[in-house]
Amino acid sequence: MTDEPKTSRRAFLAGTAAAGAGLVATAATAQTPDPLITEVQEWASVFGDPVDATPYGMPIEFESHVVRRNVEWLTESTASSINFTPIHALEGTITPQGCAFERHHSGAITLSKQDYRLMINGLVDKPLVFTFEDLLRFPRQISIAFCECAANGGMEWGGAQLEGCQFTQGMIHNMEYTGVMLRDLLAEAGVKPEGKWVYVEGADASSNGRSIPLEKALDDVMVAFFANGEALRKEHGYPVRLVVPGWEGNMWVKWLRRISVYDQAVESREETSKYTDLMPDGRARKWTWVLDAKSVITQPSPQAPIRHGAGPLVITGLAWSGNGKITRVDISTDGGNSWTPARITGEARSKALTRFHYDMTWDGSEMFIMSRAVDETGYVQPTKQALREIRGVNNVYHNNGIQVWWVRADGEVENVEIA
Amino acid sequence: MSKSPEILLAALLLATPAVAEPLGLGRPALPEEIAAWDTTVLPDGTGLPEGSGDVLTGEEVFAENCASCHGEFAEGLDSWPVLAGGNGSLTDPRPVKTIGSYWPHLSTVYDYVHRSMPFGQAQTLSVDDTYAITAFLLYSNGLVEDDFTLTRENFASIALPNATGFYADDRDQTEYPVFSVEPCMADCRSAPPEVTKRAVELNVTPKDEDGKPAGTLPPLTLAAETGATEAAPAEAPAEAPAEAPSEPAEAPAEPAEAAETEDHAAADPALVEAGEKVFRKCAACHKVGDEAKNGVGPALNGVVGKAIASASDFKYSKPLADLGASGGIWDAASLHAFLQDPKGFAKGTKMAFAGLKKPEDRDAVIAYLSTFFED
Repeated sequence: MTDEPKTSRRAFLAGTAAAGAGLVATAATAQTPDPLITEVQEWASVFGDPVDATPYGMPIEFESHVVRRNVEWLTESTASSINFTPIHALEGTITPQGCAFERHHSGAITLSKQDYRLMINGLVDKPLVFTFEDLLRFPRQISIAFCECAANGGMEWGGAQLEGCQFTQGMIHNMEYTGVMLRDLLAEAGVKPEGKWVYVEGADASSNGRSIPLEKALDDVMVAFFANGEALRKEHGYPVRLVVPGWEGNMWVKWLRRISVYDQAVESREETSKYTDLMPDGRARKWTWVLDAKSVITQPSPQAPIRHGAGPLVITGLAWSGNGKITRVDISTDGGNSWTPARITGEARSKALTRFHYDMTWDGSEMFIMSRAVDETGYVQPTKQALREIRGVNNVYHNNGIQVWWVRADGEVENVEIA
Repeated sequence: MSKSPEILLAALLLATPAVAEPLGLGRPALPEEIAAWDTTVLPDGTGLPEGSGDVLTGEEVFAENCASCHGEFAEGLDSWPVLAGGNGSLTDPRPVKTIGSYWPHLSTVYDYVHRSMPFGQAQTLSVDDTYAITAFLLYSNGLVEDDFTLTRENFASIALPNATGFYADDRDQTEYPVFSVEPCMADCRSAPPEVTKRAVELNVTPKDEDGKPAGTLPPLTLAAETGATEAAPAEAPAEAPAEAPSEPAEAPAEPAEAAETEDHAAADPALVEAGEKVFRKCAACHKVGDEAKNGVGPALNGVVGKAIASASDFKYSKPLADLGASGGIWDAASLHAFLQDPKGFAKGTKMAFAGLKKPEDRDAVIAYLSTFFED
């Protein structure tokens, strides 16, 4: 493009923008013809990229801001750390693997399918070793499930702290998994009657391990090797990870190498020192596996301000529950004085992310916007204050309180708490 | 309906991929294989191997392997986990959750140290060293005397102070009834909302160059228009400001980076690649590359060919500082010697790393480090 059309293009756009600045939206009117329409653009005349320019495609460069992000001060080493899914920039319900949050305890390891072994031992009739090829010969299932770190929102226990839902609620992703059911693998080895707990352990240097009660292990837990139609990414446990629908992400052991049946919980470091919830009386809840119903408005939000001015506005967000399906999401734009149900867009699946939309006309004045999820058990997402009244502020984990965004008149959005 | 019930039932069973009978997949796990992978120790002591370790040995092993992060007295350096102290702090505004103040079972200490520590060199501690470290951690928490020896036999007799401090999830009784009430939909507030906390005032969110929260969505219209939305009347001047930022597509970031990489591509690429893998053993403490900062160890950009102990703002141990002060340079010979046996090269160095025994590993990591330059 030459400089000339660009100048006239800007003039055109400046003309339309003023309409959006008023309090009441009016239809945009063009003062000069839009050169993007009246002039033949380069892309309308010459070749684009040939096939095979990118044998495995990456997002176009204009989307380069849509990436996982780390908050450096949270941890001492990025080998044992977490980053955050850019949920403020995503739509629908399926999280692309490439920007789905990572949590490693000792880095993401490189483990090939050929080198992969899975052992089942402990209180079983036949201790077994499977290769990756063995796993491919069991009947496969498909499951869509959200994976949320128990610490998602943990930095917000004491008060509003981080600016953006990527940082406050972004320790979550939602994928479609294909794999084999853990119960089928256990049946192959034969669980002895005294077996009550299934301990799962990873092959990485942290050998992260968690105890799962046998009842859950035999219910919906999957040993997965595909996500969103392709192999798991390295950072999500290639070639094999555990999927534990509705339960905290730390139990979704990556690079799964061992499944062991015991008569008691192992009480590993990750289920005693960590991932236990300290209560105000100094005692702590353990085995708080389930993730209660929660929602967050992803747009508008601090990283997704309103730039188009007053008038039609789409509010959207995500809701989920580890106890089943989301049945309703209420929206408030006045700090919780009045609430209106949003649209559940698409299917609400059990233990999976659910998308909601709320279409409104914004008058251009400031708003306190909030979303409140209700699940099929009748559980209503509480306020952060209601949680604090029970759990205090040293709980760290399982903060599913209502998020408040303060939308300013200029369209900028802040993370706040209100009274 | 001509199909018999049996056929219908069979069809239903086929439609559900349930495994009724074992498929005969997998092979028996051998005892040696189970012993190698199943090192789990249960709260009742099941799984503990034969062995023992005393507090004083534990202090030495801890100083060698653990103290660079956890501190000589298990007090925790920087934000690394504090392992001792904190007694009675669990109801404080800032509770200190340590082995002595919080952990319920001693088995967890042994189990975790043996298979997951030291950080970045897991599964390198012997059984006796693990007993010794566990004994030292009991001592540093004031739970045993300095002449104590921990053994498989006396292990189960040790109860940690917070053994009874945990109870199973009770949300179904304490929270679900409270939160499962049909919520208010209208006139729910008695007063207008008032802001009590603002994240922006803490200023701890990663930022983009323009000062906005990192990852803020870019405007969908050109800069000229964004300016217009703030104040501009409809008859805004037609000329776009000359300094208007160019569109993202025009920014030639990639070619510039590629050229820079080529300038520095002196070392053998295969060796550098191998070195990158070896460096993972170092990466928990040392950073390289853009924005590398000092961590537990100094940032290593430009270290090859540089004066020993010369990274800015890093507090070196005395032996390394002395070597630097007497004109020592990190050349191939000194790096080989240091990396082979850190404590032999510089007795008293803070670098708690056993060393790279293979010369090819040292060659590789030195080649890798030589690709990073100081700004």
